[in-house]
Amino acid sequence: MPDSFVHAHASHCESGVMSSLLRHHGLPMSEAMVFGLASALSFAYLPFVRINGLPLVSYRMPPRAIIKGLARSLRLDIRFETFRSPSAGMERLDALLASGTLVGLQTSVFWLPYFPPDLRFHFNAHNVLVYGRERDDYLVSDPVGETTVRCARADLERARFAKGVLAPKGLLYFMTTTPPAPDWAGLGQRALARTARIMLAPLPLVGVVGMRMLARQIERLPLADGGESARLYIGNIVRMQEEIGTGGGGFRFLYASFLQELSAKTGYAVLEGLAGRLVEIGDRWREFALASARMIRGRDALSPPVLAERLRALAVDEKLFFQNLNRAQRAWAR
Amino acid sequence: MRERDVPQEGNRTLAGHRKAVYAVADDGKLRLVPSRGWEVEEIVTRQAVEDLERRAMQARARALAGESSPLEYHMYRARMDVDLLSQVTGLWRWRVRRHLKPAGYARLPAALKLRYAEALGISSEALDRVD
Repeated sequence: MPDSFVHAHASHCESGVMSSLLRHHGLPMSEAMVFGLASALSFAYLPFVRINGLPLVSYRMPPRAIIKGLARSLRLDIRFETFRSPSAGMERLDALLASGTLVGLQTSVFWLPYFPPDLRFHFNAHNVLVYGRERDDYLVSDPVGETTVRCARADLERARFAKGVLAPKGLLYFMTTTPPAPDWAGLGQRALARTARIMLAPLPLVGVVGMRMLARQIERLPLADGGESARLYIGNIVRMQEEIGTGGGGFRFLYASFLQELSAKTGYAVLEGLAGRLVEIGDRWREFALASARMIRGRDALSPPVLAERLRALAVDEKLFFQNLNRAQRAWAR
Repeated sequence: MRERDVPQEGNRTLAGHRKAVYAVADDGKLRLVPSRGWEVEEIVTRQAVEDLERRAMQARARALAGESSPLEYHMYRARMDVDLLSQVTGLWRWRVRRHLKPAGYARLPAALKLRYAEALGISSEALDRVD
């Protein structure tokens, strides 16, 4: 099987894994399509989840939402298995690989030695594919890497059985049958409705309301300590936005790519225009990141209210965008 | 973002890797473009890493001065804090905090020490040392 598996570079681990898994099983689907159909785009500000004392800001749905969401809407036969003992988890992986199965794993980034050292934080929901084994080395296709890598057995075991928030518990998953050809328009319409509903939900913390709430928090950051803690807080938002797998601007571009592709596949031209608008919004997110980074480095004076204002403007833009998306979805006569 | 605007700034945080980003090509279509990194990402990632490194260095100084146990140093070196160390070891936070003090650490039974060492990915002997 190592010969037949083709690695593909992706911008997000979970959509990348699903895209490769589906393609391997005879249903070619781009990463963007996977991301969009699983309604993975989102925004959430979760002050009660603290990582090194800073709140979680996420620009997408929680881990496993893509795999589970897509499995449901495409009626995929995906098996999920978790393990109590690491040795049982590794034996099961070996048995599946021996039978030629492509296996997806949930891992902790911190324990994967091939990852760049500066990016190895304790994030427990990183997805990779394993397509083979050569003695004590596993052949790993990490979608965020340009090429495949090798990972020693002991390291992979550690990464699969890391503990803490979102502990993978050795989670592995695989497909057993070839998925049926999907009804793109039907799935697409439902996925658009779902994303619009989440982004416009009248709930605190999520969607555009969550963005406004985060803006309020930024505005109120104390500057009494010379801005040290405020800089860390802002840096954390941007890091979650651009660097690690929660990408803010990046995910807007990924979703825009989905809209373009869906438009081309179904001939519904309105989506093409919406894609263009979302690219502009993604650029605004990047400007927000740039302005924040300049303040962190002291190139511009630290001014949380200025950043809060930018975030509010983004909330206005996104609200309008998702209202339009919802309207387009409703008007979609199939 | 246009394809030609995709930053290629050679971030050291990426350690030579390229990450995939989506950008608009000349034909107006979005496509995947490998990026060598953007300085903005490098700034915020280094900020987080340096914050953890600073905490580790401060803990190291405290441990050498006998004000805290080596466990505190190793905890920060493994990019953890009390919350996370408590989760990965399954110990109460107040117990972890107690073991961060020299007196609490000195009374640590070998089995518990091993539990900490395994959670931090080092040996029990290495846990005692501050290098």
